[in-house]
Amino acid sequence: MKTYTYTEKKDTRSGFGAGLTELGRTNPNVVALCADLIGSLKMDQFIKENPERFFQIGIAEANMMGIAAGLTIGGKIPFTGTFANFSTGRVYDQIRQSIAYSGKNVKICASHAGLTLGEDGATHQILEDIGLMKMLPGMTVINTCDYNQTKAATIAIAEHNGPVYLRFGRPAVPIFTPEDQKFEIGKAIKLTEGTDVTIVATGHLVWEALEASKALYEQGISAEVINIHTIKPLDEKAILDSVSKTGCIVTAEEHNFLGGLGESVSRTLALHKPTPQEFVATNDTFGESGTPAQLMEKYGLNSASIVEKVQAAIKRK
Amino acid sequence: MPNTQQLEDLTTQVRRDILRMVHKVNSGHPGGSLGCAEFFVALYSEIMDRKDHFDMDGIGEDLFFLSNGHISPVYYSVLARTGYFSVDELNTFRLINSRLQGHPTTHEGLEGIRIASGSLGQGMSVALGAAEAKKLNGDNHLVYSLHGDGELQEGQNWEAIMYASAKNVDNLIATIDLNGKQIDGATDDVLPMGSIKAKFEAFGWTVIEIEEGNNIEAVLKGMAEANAETGKGKPVCVLLTTMMGNGIDFMMHTHAWHGKAPNDEQLAIGLAQNPETLGDY
Repeated sequence: MKTYTYTEKKDTRSGFGAGLTELGRTNPNVVALCADLIGSLKMDQFIKENPERFFQIGIAEANMMGIAAGLTIGGKIPFTGTFANFSTGRVYDQIRQSIAYSGKNVKICASHAGLTLGEDGATHQILEDIGLMKMLPGMTVINTCDYNQTKAATIAIAEHNGPVYLRFGRPAVPIFTPEDQKFEIGKAIKLTEGTDVTIVATGHLVWEALEASKALYEQGISAEVINIHTIKPLDEKAILDSVSKTGCIVTAEEHNFLGGLGESVSRTLALHKPTPQEFVATNDTFGESGTPAQLMEKYGLNSASIVEKVQAAIKRK
Repeated sequence: MPNTQQLEDLTTQVRRDILRMVHKVNSGHPGGSLGCAEFFVALYSEIMDRKDHFDMDGIGEDLFFLSNGHISPVYYSVLARTGYFSVDELNTFRLINSRLQGHPTTHEGLEGIRIASGSLGQGMSVALGAAEAKKLNGDNHLVYSLHGDGELQEGQNWEAIMYASAKNVDNLIATIDLNGKQIDGATDDVLPMGSIKAKFEAFGWTVIEIEEGNNIEAVLKGMAEANAETGKGKPVCVLLTTMMGNGIDFMMHTHAWHGKAPNDEQLAIGLAQNPETLGDY
């Protein structure tokens, strides 16, 4: 079995900051906007190098989304930065009308997504944002798993013409994807080959899925782990090819099971190849204060939960 | 350059277009559309520096954004009659498979439209973004926007109004259609807003008042005055006092025609009050 190791942990938001800095140097049309969270979004270096291409909007996210839409008229490629909660739920109608329906080339970059935001609690821990964004026609939805992938995705979405939701997080997590990777929107990445179960994971749950696959290997279960960084458009072929071999699937995400990756996978399977599926996701609930590790354990979003769900899925074959 | 009579003829024809469009589909918003006919005619015939061909980026020309998208009839009529698309297409307003949606959209590629609007309160932010892009591009052209007075009840406007002066966006002229009415009645009854002029001034804007917003010469004069105030470090607001339903006697002095179409008889009366000038579509 192919195994993954890491030597360093870093937050995915820093990957965004690094990607944005590189774009500042390579693409003169890229501009950045922030609603009073420069430090949290790691936008400092971009701003230092390109002060004229940065717009501090203040605590006014609705205005930020509208200004971003307007900046595209004139050829700019705006990257908005704030927490995932304020990037989606707070400004849904602005995104819907002024960005998605209007077909504007805005990159909505959202940090602190999910439970791993930690101690700030449920007001800030959005677990519904993937659903909100994937329901918008024409919106691309990406949730990256580590620093390197987030950096690569940030750079890649500048080349994609159309609205994108890029979701990442706050805690330091293992860096296990290559530094020089080319990020392909909509292309799943098979991390391990397996024959007994398919695990498709997104965001912070990808590393947990790899950890789970090691534990499963000890139990004699061969798991195929697929990194689904792009939830929309979904790489249906990669999923169908894998379940054709394994016969059951577990989806894993830091999001409500309603509206998340799991439901998108279910639709694909229902249409093309009905397959037993188990969900590692929050169960229609809000979060609460706590450390990221405590929260991920309490709400069943870690490698141990994935192992349990794999066992359940295999029984249903 | 067209003379006043030509602009008034165009305005009369636009009123006919508005009535006929909403009558045909028995829906739409004639009241605010009629109130803003002179403004749109002045803007597209005289005030804006426009390129011959439409492109989305609009670099090297003035731009306009309609925030109160429900007055799409006047917008579509003036866009068609100033060359953006065929006037015959006005026949398709609000019909299935049309580019002339109930509220304006870029979705169907209609020339002249750069943003969808309809959900209120979003247009000023978009106009600000376009104005900032012009500054980045070294493009000295202006950005115009239009907003309903009732629309100012949406909070996003005040985020935008605060930003515009704080960031010295002085290439934007935001016009407020002061007709004092909204769907449920007079703005002063629904949610009194006090002095809109005092509010804009308190937020650091230059305010120009056009008290006769249905007099084409007054609109031209006021907008020229507004243009002269751009480039001075402050955003410019035009308070345009208009009459909802202007030009159709039974639609004036009431909010009843905000979103209601005339029946056959009412259409005939309205058209008789506005004889054909440039030819119906």
